[in-house]
Amino acid sequence: MKFFYHFGRYVLMMRDMFSIPENYRMYSKELFRQMNGIGIGSLIIVGVISLFVGAVTALQFSYQLGSTFFPEYMIGFIVRDTMIIELAPTLSGLVLAGKVGSNVAGELGTMRISEQIDALEIMGVNPQGYLVMPKILGAIFIVPPLIVLSAMLGIFGGYLAAENYGISPANYQKGLLYLFDPFNVVIMTVKSVIFAFLIASVACYQGFFVKGGALDIGKASTRAVVFSSILVIFFDYIVALVMT
Amino acid sequence: MIEVKDLKKSFEDKAILKGISTYFEPGKTNLVIGTSGSGKTVFVKCLVGLLQPTSGSVFYDGIEFTALSNREKKQIRTKIGMLFQGSALFDSMTVEENVMFPLNMFTNLTAKEKLNRVNFCLERVNLVGANKKFPGEISGGMMKRVGIARAIVLNPKYLFCDEPNSGLDPQTSLRIDDLLSDITHEYQMITIINTHDMNSVMGMGEKVVFLHQGYKEWEGSSQEILHTDNELLYNFIFASEFLKQLRKGITNSTPLIKPDK
Repeated sequence: MKFFYHFGRYVLMMRDMFSIPENYRMYSKELFRQMNGIGIGSLIIVGVISLFVGAVTALQFSYQLGSTFFPEYMIGFIVRDTMIIELAPTLSGLVLAGKVGSNVAGELGTMRISEQIDALEIMGVNPQGYLVMPKILGAIFIVPPLIVLSAMLGIFGGYLAAENYGISPANYQKGLLYLFDPFNVVIMTVKSVIFAFLIASVACYQGFFVKGGALDIGKASTRAVVFSSILVIFFDYIVALVMT
Repeated sequence: MIEVKDLKKSFEDKAILKGISTYFEPGKTNLVIGTSGSGKTVFVKCLVGLLQPTSGSVFYDGIEFTALSNREKKQIRTKIGMLFQGSALFDSMTVEENVMFPLNMFTNLTAKEKLNRVNFCLERVNLVGANKKFPGEISGGMMKRVGIARAIVLNPKYLFCDEPNSGLDPQTSLRIDDLLSDITHEYQMITIINTHDMNSVMGMGEKVVFLHQGYKEWEGSSQEILHTDNELLYNFIFASEFLKQLRKGITNSTPLIKPDK
């Protein structure tokens, strides 16, 4: 029963955010602020993790396939496809669930506890529209390019690691172009849009309805991270099931 | 005028407001007082629509606010200013941006006009030169004054204040009271202040509504409080021996009721 209560309240929050903005300029300003916070603010952590994940993938497969008859260029092929289809969207999704999820839930929770959300409502501003919608839209706009960048950095990390392992750059590049299916990029984009929506909306829900004090803000942030991480993995499976 | 008719509010089975009727007139500082848990905050939140009453009505100049849709309520809310207990300033904005926020959201004024209005309001609350400071960099009293400046920036018709003096020293409290009283008379607003600060009650209470356990126990002016025969109100207002003696000195009479019964 509790699930239906939360799901119903989540749906109502999503419905209420669709209203005519009181001032388009203020809303777009908030949208760009959120895009900056979510995208630029997560650039370093996503970049560093992707670089190393790509490098580890290349090393791991080089090690495992080194004594077999697999051609060297397969390392480039494997790194490319694992990064594009799985590692870039899913790992970045999990990283963003941690960073953005806790940040958004904490921000909205603090606003709720300190009555800033009530203040907006009293002024005649739709708090769901002004606070929730720019966060969700901002995530949907900025997360896909972030994940494309993540995939590129992962492939570059794999290149550096493979070269260091003794695989020739020419072979790695040959692998990158080998049997490339552009549909994999579509899968990555679909995943990134779904993950962005899930991470932002779950975090907004957790933060927006916080009751109590500072301790409850912490709990809401934790819930936001846990639920959005589980949903990212779950929908990763669903998209894979449907699209591959 | 704001008119309240038989306002009731319950949370699940617990009744907080048990049928309150009263009215608040323009140009007067109206105080809502009561012990902690008496339902003051719930009452004010029902008045401004942050909580939906279980039953009863609130009328703003004859318009039944409680029967309006959210969209219609927004029209009335643009005429409402509210000062929250914790000031509720936006942390990520400077003092200037906080006060300018309602102007940015609801007006088409030019940047210069908006800045002039913000400076006028900040001057009105004695906060000249604090424009570029963030809420985290100013004192509690200053935050309250920024909250007042933000509340009055759109020239509201109705001003609500939830415990404006909580956490402030007596001198700062008096300054806030004077300010609220001045702007109420100057702009002929309907000001409703939720408080349990006795200095405020006696100093600025042109109309005082005393709530007790969800009922309106008493209403009148601060002068009438001095001569009250309501035992609950007497014990609430003159809680300390010092205040009892003070009252005796002012009225030169013994109370009509037995105190501390």
